[in-house]
Amino acid sequence: MSSREAILDRVRTALGDRPAARAAPRGYRRRGDLDREGRVALFCERVGDYRAEVRRVPAREVRAAIAEALAARGARRVAVPPSLPAVVRPDGLELVDDHGLPPGELDALDGVVTGCTLAIAETGTIVLSGGAVDGRRALTLVPDLHVCVVVESQVVELVAESMELLSGLVQRERRPLTFVSGPSATSDIELSRVEGVHGPRNLVVIVAGA
Amino acid sequence: MTSFPEAAHEALANAQLRANLANATATIRDKRAKVVDELPDWEELREAGRAIKADVMAHLDEYLVRFEEAVTAAGGQVHWAQDAGEANRIVLEIARSHGVSELVKVKSLTTDEIGLNDALAAGGVHAVETDFAELILQLDGDWSSHILVPAIHRNRTEIRDLFRRTIADGSISDDPAELVEASRIYLREKFLGAQMGVSGANFGVVDTGTVCVVESEGNGRMCTTLPPVLVTILGIEKLVPTFRDLEVFLQLLPRSSTGERMNPYTSLWTGVTAGDGPQELHVVLLDAGRTRVLADEVGRQALHCIRCSACLNVCPVYSRTGGHAYGSVYPGPIGAILTPQLRGIENAASLPYASSLCGACYEVCPVKIDIPRVLLHLRAKAVEAVGEEREGRLMRTVARTFASARRFVLAERTGRVLQRPFVRGSRIVRLPAPLSGWTASRDLKPLAPQSFRDWWKDRGS
Repeated sequence: MSSREAILDRVRTALGDRPAARAAPRGYRRRGDLDREGRVALFCERVGDYRAEVRRVPAREVRAAIAEALAARGARRVAVPPSLPAVVRPDGLELVDDHGLPPGELDALDGVVTGCTLAIAETGTIVLSGGAVDGRRALTLVPDLHVCVVVESQVVELVAESMELLSGLVQRERRPLTFVSGPSATSDIELSRVEGVHGPRNLVVIVAGA
Repeated sequence: MTSFPEAAHEALANAQLRANLANATATIRDKRAKVVDELPDWEELREAGRAIKADVMAHLDEYLVRFEEAVTAAGGQVHWAQDAGEANRIVLEIARSHGVSELVKVKSLTTDEIGLNDALAAGGVHAVETDFAELILQLDGDWSSHILVPAIHRNRTEIRDLFRRTIADGSISDDPAELVEASRIYLREKFLGAQMGVSGANFGVVDTGTVCVVESEGNGRMCTTLPPVLVTILGIEKLVPTFRDLEVFLQLLPRSSTGERMNPYTSLWTGVTAGDGPQELHVVLLDAGRTRVLADEVGRQALHCIRCSACLNVCPVYSRTGGHAYGSVYPGPIGAILTPQLRGIENAASLPYASSLCGACYEVCPVKIDIPRVLLHLRAKAVEAVGEEREGRLMRTVARTFASARRFVLAERTGRVLQRPFVRGSRIVRLPAPLSGWTASRDLKPLAPQSFRDWWKDRGS
């Protein structure tokens, strides 16, 4: 008998008492009640709690805000997903299109600029799904600075609302997902929090209005 | 294994350990309480979490088969391991087939449970632990004492001294930021060159074949993204039926565990994605005693555990003894019900007693595991398995005595005579063996010279 059959056999024997299981009650919140302004304000506050930098700007100022954030941290060579639209490609520095840069080259970059798939207000979370503006997973991981543009209409209030939107992407396209809530951190030393371990030490979130 | 009381005795004598633990568990308790209070629907989330897990266990055979189908359809390979040895051989075989002599590893309790690192080392493959705390323990040949904060028993000075001996030079200070920086530099080189990664998983999703890893430092992302080959070891109990079910657990877990609204990074991958991440994916489904737990109608709820560690932090026993006393990678209240079931009660019979049954663990458990009930259930099984101890026989005698008025009065009279040599003032402070165990840490009130019933009788005349 293969191990597969042996394990399935043991499971069936263990369940000989036919335990009853009802459908799970879903009494928790599945719809938020904030309007767009409320959602965006909550999102900005919660991202800020993680000690990420958050800036709200009108759509026409996004490019300038990205350039400023990069300059403030001395970033000169910055990677972007190849299909990142021109309106979020900052001027005045070297942009490298990521066509599968090897890890060593990603490590030599000063930062990365991407968009995202959606954002969750209640938890201050950005979700990346490997889409055209999100970049592949390694791109937002290896460089030390991540500037992420969130459009106001992308902000949902609740975790449950985000999963409703994401389940289609996973079911239909098997997209890999990364939930990012602030810069990487550890609390392993006497539980005192240190921001910046292996993931980007600096996260800048630029929230673009209408 | 050493019994819990013996191991705890040693831990309790270590003042540094107790101070570290008291500080750490209190901090994390408060953080958790604050973010849990923030959610108006916490109880509804807990109930959903409990019910989803109960459903998983009730249909586990069907779900395992469907999960295997979904992973395979997405381009992953599924292996089945009946025990630790088989799981370790599978991982070693994959490493060998790629000529890998070093791999990077995400912190995983499951791989600790099966002793993967030692098995790989014996086969000539070095597994580098990449979680900050796990790295500390690996560098020092120590082992985890907390599910979430494995080096909770180490303070910053101890870590500095260790780093000076191993990965940093003598000028490093005990500033946490500096210590973390040293590990970042040391591990970055390992990540960038890694040919194979190994992870555990928090959840496996049946309907999509998705694997989910929840973490903070980004080492999990590194290990599951950069190496071309990735192997994930998944206990068979870690499944959830649908992708949407994650919305419950991704709220319950971070708030219960680190006391954050959301942990910094959560990675979810569904098979192989061309041009993004590992191009060869394996999932090892591990039994190693889990089907034995599943067979126990009361005890099977221990398999609902999502490894948040909230029960450790509230436990009056754990927060004093620390994790090592439990003699297992699963310490605290959850360990006290999981370890004896995974290993067999006769191999860990003292663990169900490592509790005052105060119930705090049940109240904080995000999936409502009734730990006190399972503890009592396992105590009964322990008595059946290893036989009644002296205490049990004594209690049986007491019960028989109390059941009859005549025997009770006789016992009172005898007691009044026998206690005479031990009464000091109005107390009994020391009794001879075997009762000395009781008086070692408690004073006893002597039997009164006259019982209430005698007094009542005399009063009438």
